[in-house]
Amino acid sequence: MTTMRAVKEFVIEKLVLLCGLASIFFVVLIFLFLLKEGFAVFKTVNPFAFLFGKSWYPISDPPQLGILPLILGSLIVTAGAAIISIPIGVGCAIYIAEIAPRRIKEVLKAGIELLAAIPSVVLGFIGMVTLVPLVKTVFHLPTGLTALSGSIMLAFMAMPTIVSIAEDALYSIPKTYKEGALAMGATHWQAIWRVMLRAASSGILAAIMLGIGRVIGETMAVMMITGNAAVIPHSFVAPVRTLTATIAAEMGEAVVGSEHYFALFAIGIVLFVISFGVNVTADLFLHKRQQ
Amino acid sequence: MNPYRTQKIAFSFLFLANLLILVLVGVIVAVIVQKGLPAITWQFLTDVPRQGMRAGGILPALVGTLYLVAGAIVFALPIGLFAAIYLSEYAKDSLLTRLIKLAIVNLAGVPSVVYGLFGLALFVVFFKFGASILSGSLTLGIMILPLIITASREALESVPQSFREVSLSLGASKWQTIQHIVLPNAIPGILTGTILGLGRAAGETAPILFTVAAFYLPQLPGSIFDQVMALPYHLYVISTQVPNVDEKTRYGTALVLLALVLSMNLVAIVIRYKFRMKKKW
Repeated sequence: MTTMRAVKEFVIEKLVLLCGLASIFFVVLIFLFLLKEGFAVFKTVNPFAFLFGKSWYPISDPPQLGILPLILGSLIVTAGAAIISIPIGVGCAIYIAEIAPRRIKEVLKAGIELLAAIPSVVLGFIGMVTLVPLVKTVFHLPTGLTALSGSIMLAFMAMPTIVSIAEDALYSIPKTYKEGALAMGATHWQAIWRVMLRAASSGILAAIMLGIGRVIGETMAVMMITGNAAVIPHSFVAPVRTLTATIAAEMGEAVVGSEHYFALFAIGIVLFVISFGVNVTADLFLHKRQQ
Repeated sequence: MNPYRTQKIAFSFLFLANLLILVLVGVIVAVIVQKGLPAITWQFLTDVPRQGMRAGGILPALVGTLYLVAGAIVFALPIGLFAAIYLSEYAKDSLLTRLIKLAIVNLAGVPSVVYGLFGLALFVVFFKFGASILSGSLTLGIMILPLIITASREALESVPQSFREVSLSLGASKWQTIQHIVLPNAIPGILTGTILGLGRAAGETAPILFTVAAFYLPQLPGSIFDQVMALPYHLYVISTQVPNVDEKTRYGTALVLLALVLSMNLVAIVIRYKFRMKKKW
């Protein structure tokens, strides 16, 4: 009886541990399979030419596999989204954490949660039918499918991440900081601006990084509204193509085992490494805050 | 300048930032509902797409998405729940625990299209499942795993330590304590996380692009090795790949997808709210 119970406890404990390890297992598995499929491209293209090559013509003969236009496409869209979403996102977080009355706070948080829940393909669709024509007429362009449209839409997708994590960061500052500032005669805003924002800076930085990480990895909305031109972008209001959209748009046509297929996986490696870097750094910032 | 005036100006700007988001979210939802609602008929929901997806309904896509979501949760819930139990009840503050937490954070951050690549390489090509419900569900399952782990862990950790101590002091084993004391008290939180995971899986497109989604397949699947249409991919297809689709049909499809995802979120919020009211500690 007792031994039966001990055996059961033992088995369950090991089973639970195994599931606990599953996350590590999957992260490693994802990386290994990306490497397995993606590394083959470096037999024909050297990594330097792949990363900094200026032309992406995967189906010409011989294929030209330089992803610089795609990297720059991702960068320009991401930079635009960051410029829009960081001030608005952090502003929202401050308002929700510090200023809003209880009732309004609940409404705002529900609204942000709602935004986070909308599928990216739906946002892409809405962007296509509303934002794209608007950008086209405002800037007198031949097409509204531009980096700018992508940036605006992506800014909205980054917002929930930035707001919720920055808000947490502001909450977790000890009350005494604010009380100290107020006791010395500072206004509420001075306390927020000079004391609380500084105290929460590493958490807010993490929030921004994770928001931007989300933007870099976003696929569907970007593919639907940025125009998908794999050329080096020269302007904010020109069509661009991002790393993610390239994979999504071309994998369907790439033959399994072809150079094109391998190259798309190599882009996957680049994306994985970027997101890994962003998440590990953000995690370090969040940890620093907790200590 | 007077610091109180500065404060007033600053607070107004912060308020405007919130208002901007709220209004835009409201407008997005309102536009889809208003323009999509006329398309929603019994036939739209129960018919297969016809005339190259320009007419007919969305039944195969709807059913496909339900299958995929169900498959994802069947895979992710047990693993996710056990992983959460490990982190909350068994794990010590060690390097391994730290690594697991880091892995969860990373898993949550992997771009959705990279999940698609991974699913293609592992399930479709390596395991030879082909583009099928099985491949798609497993891919989506791994994608929502971090969400389920994090939500379940929070739910488990919010059960007061004293509950466990009382149970253990009465001679219950560790697992008995978890099974009879900790889990029942954490169920609302776990349920909330699971439903949010369902919603996320239902709305994602990139992970199913190369693992399961069919462009046009006007029939219901017969087995888990069949391809299916899926609602988010169908919306993508009729908005960008097929010319001259009626605007009403597009909005209608967007509305059904949005309603599906948002209703799941709503259920999760309601459960959380009720639980907070009832909480005894």
